[in-house]
Amino acid sequence: MASIVRSLRPVASRFAASSSRTARSWPISQFQARTFSASSAAQAKKYTKDHEWIELSEDKKTGYIGISEYAAHALGDVVYVELPTIPMEVAAGDSIGAVESVKSASDINSPISGTIVAVNDLLEERPGTINKGPEDESSAGGWVAKVEVSDAGIKDLDGLMDAAAYKEFTEEE
Amino acid sequence: MKCLRAVSYVNGALTVNRTAGRASRQLSTALPRGTIASSSSLSPPRTQNPTQQLHRLPSKLCIPIRHASSTSCPSDLQKTPLYDLHLAHGGKMVPFGGFHMPVQYSSLSVSASHHFTRSHASLFDVSHMVQHRFSGPGSNAFLERITPASIAGLETHRSGLSTLLWPVTGGIVDDTIITRLGLESFYVVTNAACREKDLKYFEEQLAEFKNGGGEKVEWKILEGWGLVALQGPLSEDILSSVLVEPKETELRELYFGQSKFIKVKLLSGEASSPLLVSRGGYTGEDGFEISIPPTEAVAVTEALLQSATKERLQLAGLGARDSLRLEAGMCLYGHDLDDTTTPVESALSWVIGKDRRTSGGFHGSEVILRQLTSKSKGGSGVERRRIGLIVEGAPAREGADIVDEKGEKIGSITSGCPSPTLGKNIAMGYIKDGFHKAGTNLHVVVRGKKRKAQVTKMPFVPSKYWKGAAPA
Repeated sequence: MASIVRSLRPVASRFAASSSRTARSWPISQFQARTFSASSAAQAKKYTKDHEWIELSEDKKTGYIGISEYAAHALGDVVYVELPTIPMEVAAGDSIGAVESVKSASDINSPISGTIVAVNDLLEERPGTINKGPEDESSAGGWVAKVEVSDAGIKDLDGLMDAAAYKEFTEEE
Repeated sequence: MKCLRAVSYVNGALTVNRTAGRASRQLSTALPRGTIASSSSLSPPRTQNPTQQLHRLPSKLCIPIRHASSTSCPSDLQKTPLYDLHLAHGGKMVPFGGFHMPVQYSSLSVSASHHFTRSHASLFDVSHMVQHRFSGPGSNAFLERITPASIAGLETHRSGLSTLLWPVTGGIVDDTIITRLGLESFYVVTNAACREKDLKYFEEQLAEFKNGGGEKVEWKILEGWGLVALQGPLSEDILSSVLVEPKETELRELYFGQSKFIKVKLLSGEASSPLLVSRGGYTGEDGFEISIPPTEAVAVTEALLQSATKERLQLAGLGARDSLRLEAGMCLYGHDLDDTTTPVESALSWVIGKDRRTSGGFHGSEVILRQLTSKSKGGSGVERRRIGLIVEGAPAREGADIVDEKGEKIGSITSGCPSPTLGKNIAMGYIKDGFHKAGTNLHVVVRGKKRKAQVTKMPFVPSKYWKGAAPA
């Protein structure tokens, strides 16, 4: 999603105003729910500088991947999502798909190493789902892929930002 | 370091190096268009999975804005007379053709703005474009030398698209709109992104023309003038309501390709100076382009916006302008046209005046006129042609290869986006002669995968120019 970074600037100022609201409204509430239910913060949602998120399951064996609210907003109406063929072994930073709006095309990169074992087929039929709930990992949500985490993948998580750091990061952009 | 943007103008396309992009965070030049060189060498793919190849292949990054050629610091960028007005309306400013220009406004997304233009009306600031006046006894002959236009056949207050041509090769220096204002007087508009090249070209061409015994030509650039494009089905109503002399028939009888000087009622109650209003535009919709002296640019724009109200007229930026012009099948210089491409190759043979096809006498005419006739009929024909494509699945962006059934490269895409109006992916590109017929099936390679595509006539969305009432 390096490309997204480039498309963000024109809307950054507008988004800065609304981002605090959206960021607080649900990504963080979910984050809080997780930290309450689990003793370790390792399962908490993490973000990349390229605007992907990953959230691990309680057993840390799998995780959901998607693009951030901020990125979805910056891209504008998503009209096409390219999903990976599964299973697919990936290293952190490998491209696993792409998201296209009228404005731009951006790669989606895997935040961590592992094996992509499932994709959100809904996005093929209804790409706009990604605008409605880019950080929603339910069956009706806009998540992109599910990854089986490798040992290296666990380490990759350390290099990612938590919700608060990511929020700060997007505000700087 | 802010000035060291990761975007540079290379061969007419914005090229962004992704690796550099990751390293330097401030590169978010909002200009979302460019070719991303992927950081393949750093992490070679470990499987042959086609999707994985994404990582190796240059991944296209479409940015709606093109013409953009700016590598300069933001402080070097110029402002149009409407700069403050853009900020006041929530314009997201980006560097473009040497200017701070709005890519979109906070009130509408790019696609919403696109739809609004086709259903209501939009106002575009195009003051970054270069407005010229050519006059004097040599002006007719001069323009006939540097363009293939039938200047002799151009009536007063009529405009036409044309191309500035390089001597000998007939390659396109820039595309331009030429309007005749009088017997020996013309109004000419050229692209902002070509400004430096064009000005040098005009200087050199004027000197050569003079040295060759040409009569006097005066050339003036309208520096700091405003140019706004009012586009969309409500344009005529909106402009009519601010005319100082609102004769009902006045605009009805101004047809596509015609122009006239019109005074506009300003909010202060005063009348503007006579403004050159030309019916036409860059969206395929009915509309007007209005050339405004520097001191009145803001007042005229405010008069249009406020009298129309935001229910009927919205400001629109470069984002919507790009998808609208693509649906209308119009070229963007630096992408769909360049110095090495002739009008025949670019499917612009229609800009060559009828009288010029026999008389010739314009730059590159020996090459261009032979191209008009196919090889089988004794001409030279062309090797490649500009065509329109509808692409299935993923949108094809600039730089994507066009391949035949066997996977052999037969062309490449020069512009492409998902069409908001059609809900299909539209694209323009150049293809080997012979594959250019409408209905031809081929493939376009996007992220390493072949996508079905079909050659399609342009415009993709029918144009709605006002050419008078349809015959009963």
